[in-house]
Amino acid sequence: MTEPNPTPTSSPAPGTPILEARGVGKAYGGVVALQDVSMAVTAGEVTCVLGDNGAGKSTLIKILSGAHAPSAGELLVDGVETRFDGPRAALDAGIATVYQDLAMVPLMPVWRNFFLGREETVGKGLLSRLDHKTMRRVTKDDLKAMGIDLKDVNQPIGTLSGGERQCVAIARAIHFGGRALILDEPTAALGVKQSEVVLRSIVEAKRRGIGVVLITHNPNHAYPVGDHFLVLNHGTSMGYFAKADLTVEQLATMMAGDPLDVEGM
Amino acid sequence: MSLTRSAATAAAGGNGTGRREPGPRLLASRKPLPPVLAALIARPELGAVVATLAILIFFSLASDSFLTLAGAGVWLESASTYGIMAVAVALLMIGGEFDLSAGVMTGFTALIVGVLTTQIGVNVWVAAIISLIAALAVGAFNGIVVIRTGLPSFIVTLATFFVLQGVDLAVTKLITGQVVIQGMAQVPFYDSIQPVFGSSLTIGSANFYVSVLWWLAVAGLGIWVLNHTRVGNWIYAVGGAPQAARQVGVPVRATKVGLFMTTATAGWLVGMISLFRTSTVQANTGVGQEFIFMICAVVGGCLLTGGFGSVGGAALGALIYGMTFQGITFAGWDTNWLKTFLGVMLFAAVIINHYVRKRATAA
Repeated sequence: MTEPNPTPTSSPAPGTPILEARGVGKAYGGVVALQDVSMAVTAGEVTCVLGDNGAGKSTLIKILSGAHAPSAGELLVDGVETRFDGPRAALDAGIATVYQDLAMVPLMPVWRNFFLGREETVGKGLLSRLDHKTMRRVTKDDLKAMGIDLKDVNQPIGTLSGGERQCVAIARAIHFGGRALILDEPTAALGVKQSEVVLRSIVEAKRRGIGVVLITHNPNHAYPVGDHFLVLNHGTSMGYFAKADLTVEQLATMMAGDPLDVEGM
Repeated sequence: MSLTRSAATAAAGGNGTGRREPGPRLLASRKPLPPVLAALIARPELGAVVATLAILIFFSLASDSFLTLAGAGVWLESASTYGIMAVAVALLMIGGEFDLSAGVMTGFTALIVGVLTTQIGVNVWVAAIISLIAALAVGAFNGIVVIRTGLPSFIVTLATFFVLQGVDLAVTKLITGQVVIQGMAQVPFYDSIQPVFGSSLTIGSANFYVSVLWWLAVAGLGIWVLNHTRVGNWIYAVGGAPQAARQVGVPVRATKVGLFMTTATAGWLVGMISLFRTSTVQANTGVGQEFIFMICAVVGGCLLTGGFGSVGGAALGALIYGMTFQGITFAGWDTNWLKTFLGVMLFAAVIINHYVRKRATAA
């Protein structure tokens, strides 16, 4: 680093990644789950993490989201080395993780889910009450910005499609201060059409200057939206590529576990 | 933007082939819910409103005295104590839990006041407060055991129910030699507390008890809390998906324990109402009524599985019970049919609720 003691208050230089992992690794007891992995996500860019089941994707998410501390390497937030005490600390730094189960209550209205745990209120003390109007409006507007135009935000969120629910989760994470979103397999359980809905919202988030980490095992979902690609296999990095250096076919080949034939490029 | 298009085509067809470009209104194709179902999802108490009107009309036709001021006084009084309990039980049910000790709690709290005042000479106001503290302690116990052990509240509160039922009988018998507390009206300051819980207003030949006001107040408070406060949002969430609620920072444990304590407090209020209306209490008071509270809540639109329901609906469920209970008498029929009628109504309500929930979560 050129500046050994960057002051946290100074805004980082443009182009500095919001979140960066340098040579991170994680061992559980004697088992190495992840080894020497580096990646970064910058504002307005999508970094895709690809790998088959057991490749170490979940371990990497846990490190990035602050759930687990890395046992090797370092995490940098806005260029400053950081150690998260837990998911809360990551969230406070603007790094929001959307897990597969989405943390939603199916029978509750969309707007109540959107604000659950962080409800807007008006009035003080005993008269403190939910600000229905504001919460409904914000939910409707934020979803509309993501390309989901709901007629009625009062319907139970369980009546929405899987893709729409993913979008609600993404919109919620952005609304509550997420600058970098970590999306855990958002298209895994979805059909073709629903995957489109989610990928469109990722593109929309990117356009709005949010950094996105997209975890997936589908190169066909990752390639069109991604700017950088990290491929994991058996807990190690098979490479970190910019889009220009990679075709979707090469990505798919690596996913299958074959090292990239650099000579053939 | 080109990226959007390529994202769409890639998602659609693997290598970008085999699928037509989607229309601009990608989401317009979702099938809307049938209007009745949509209304039931938005307003779970709708069924109870319809049933209330139907039963009101039915018994008004079946008996001349049902829809009179005097008649209304009778069935409102009957509905009021069930209504207070139904509101609390509904909140608890929406929060995903049951309290089978809710019925016996009404007897337990009344007996505490009865024994403390008539046998030990404690001031009646002090006794009422001690009784409230005891109720809160039992409620907190129920909640903490459920949270700590992860056991179904059905089993935990079934145990509490039997423990309290035994205590009610044994302790009352031990201290008084009888299974009933009498002589309440003679204790000092009785006249100062009695009107709060047991007074009535006579209009012509009609008697309206203050318990009806308590019922309305409790229902109003319940509706306010559930729909207009943060705590209400949390109640829905801890009942509907506790894991998800925890993930977004809802205090799941505190919410659930609070709900058990609320139910116990409602049990105390009903205990005081029945004690000071009659100035006597039997050792088996309240036993068996826990199921009626639950029926009122379910008829009012609450799902047994939690996360969905209506406080207003539960209050109406109690009104339906009160009207039916007294209506059968007014009509001169055999009151033994009451339970059968309740069973049929519960059955209908559960089937409707089940259908609503399936549609609400199937998508």
